[in-house]
Amino acid sequence: MSPVLFELLLRSIWETVLMTGASGLISLVFGLPLGLALVATDRGGIAESLWVNRILGAIINGFRSVPFIILLVALIPVTRLIVGTSIGTWAAIVPLSIAATPYYARISEVSLREVDHGLIEAARAMGGNRWTIIREVLVPEALPGIVAGFTVTLVTLVGASAMAGAIGAGGLGDLAIRYGYQRFETNVMVAVVIVLIVLVCGIQWLGDRLVARLDHRG
Amino acid sequence: MGGPPLYFRTETETEMNQHVPADLADPVRVRPTGFEDVVRLVGLKRRFGATAALDGVSLTVKKGEILGIIGRSGAGKSTLIRCLNGLERPDSGQVFIEGREISRLGERDLQPLRRRIGMVFQHFNLLWAKTVEDNVALPLKIEGRPRAERLARAVELLQLVGLSEKAKAYPASLSGGQKQRVGIARALAARPALLLSDEATSALDPETTRSILALLKDINTRLGLTILLITHEMEVIRSIADRVAVIDAGRIVEEGAVWQVFANPKSEITRSLLGAIRPQLPPGIASRLAPGAGLETFLRIDLAGEAARQPLLSELGAGVPGPFRLVHGGIDHVQEQPVGTLFLAVPGADAAHLARITTFLKDRGARVEVLGHVAGPV
Repeated sequence: MSPVLFELLLRSIWETVLMTGASGLISLVFGLPLGLALVATDRGGIAESLWVNRILGAIINGFRSVPFIILLVALIPVTRLIVGTSIGTWAAIVPLSIAATPYYARISEVSLREVDHGLIEAARAMGGNRWTIIREVLVPEALPGIVAGFTVTLVTLVGASAMAGAIGAGGLGDLAIRYGYQRFETNVMVAVVIVLIVLVCGIQWLGDRLVARLDHRG
Repeated sequence: MGGPPLYFRTETETEMNQHVPADLADPVRVRPTGFEDVVRLVGLKRRFGATAALDGVSLTVKKGEILGIIGRSGAGKSTLIRCLNGLERPDSGQVFIEGREISRLGERDLQPLRRRIGMVFQHFNLLWAKTVEDNVALPLKIEGRPRAERLARAVELLQLVGLSEKAKAYPASLSGGQKQRVGIARALAARPALLLSDEATSALDPETTRSILALLKDINTRLGLTILLITHEMEVIRSIADRVAVIDAGRIVEEGAVWQVFANPKSEITRSLLGAIRPQLPPGIASRLAPGAGLETFLRIDLAGEAARQPLLSELGAGVPGPFRLVHGGIDHVQEQPVGTLFLAVPGADAAHLARITTFLKDRGARVEVLGHVAGPV
């Protein structure tokens, strides 16, 4: 591999890490509260409101049912509004985040829902309010699941970010298509695949380690 | 109370309890509450669909006492205990906690009040993600106490429940009994005026149950803490309760000092709940009993209090000549009062002789029942 190509590979790795990391972080910041809202407003939840629950659910399902490649193009005006441009790595972060947030909301919802109702009742019996229940019970008790779900989301984002090459976002997927596929440079393709495998395994390993450390259920 | 008057002699505790059933007779009467009543329920009703979980419950829990509420599953126990801290709302009726009516309070007003009430759960409900000391300190964290104070209190409470060395451990590493000790420590953290125990020992083995009950009793005596516990096991009531209320189909069917209810159960449900721990005629004999004449007649004698302190059997032998034999039974002690059941077999079926025996025993405060006769030797 030529030094130029090698430099290109390094840059692509950085772009992929940047896209995955930034959109992952954004999906965590918005997705977890959404997941909490879904659980809290559901029947028997700490802020039961079936109305809100249905509307939220419908919006999330709507976003999740649009294929990412279409979302990528459809969101171009929004991206332009937020980032100022619709091309490049930062521009790709907008559709990636918007796709990952409802995804992560559903994943965290599952973990939060698994928290034993008895624990919520215990906190209520101690005189805790909703905020206490979220802070002391729901989130800490669901934390291993929340982290495991975040790991899954990050891995999914690594894959999705490859598609963002379609809007000139760069990254490893873009590199693999332009050099490995269109220019028949097999060694680039192989290098990209190896890097992706290492990246995904690394994320998964870190996530698993963190979950093991957080999980005190014995 | 229909029992012999001898039962009630000189027992100050008994006299104190005498006014309680008066409330039952007139459930809607509102009596001014002194500080002595930690809990007072008046005509509590709660329906779930077509079934009435609570169908007019009135009860009083006095300061410093342990009141046990017993009933089968589905009798309304859980709904009742959850009405006391507002986790459940009654459809009608009133709940007074330390004289304050709480059944119409909003969630926000209930929160400070719930800090006055500790609760212990059947399945412990400890937070897995927190250490033992953080679990114990949680009620204080909810109250907004500084960390140093919370931890100091946790140390103190873990010492009280005998789990000091487990402070930094996580609940997953504890046994069931240890988990419930943590649950009790946590319930005491905010220095409550009342402790609610929701089947606290039902998930534990008999030995652990005994140690947890001993701990609750110890807390009651040492801290003077008022305890209301619900259970489906008479053994729990027997071990620690001062008074018992029997609930069935959402109604209190019987209430009184534990030893009196044990000595003289009024309702069928109480008798059946007591069945597990009171002496019963061995099934081999019971199945052969028949009316009419026979070789032997079997009598059941229930004794309690004063009647059980007398040399009853030797007096019977002297007072009514004729042989009899003790088949089964014994005298137990409940709340330091003798309570017992004896099964006697008298040869033959001479009605006049049996009547003399019965009268003799009844005159001495015992309850006597002729169970039947057996045709051949047993």
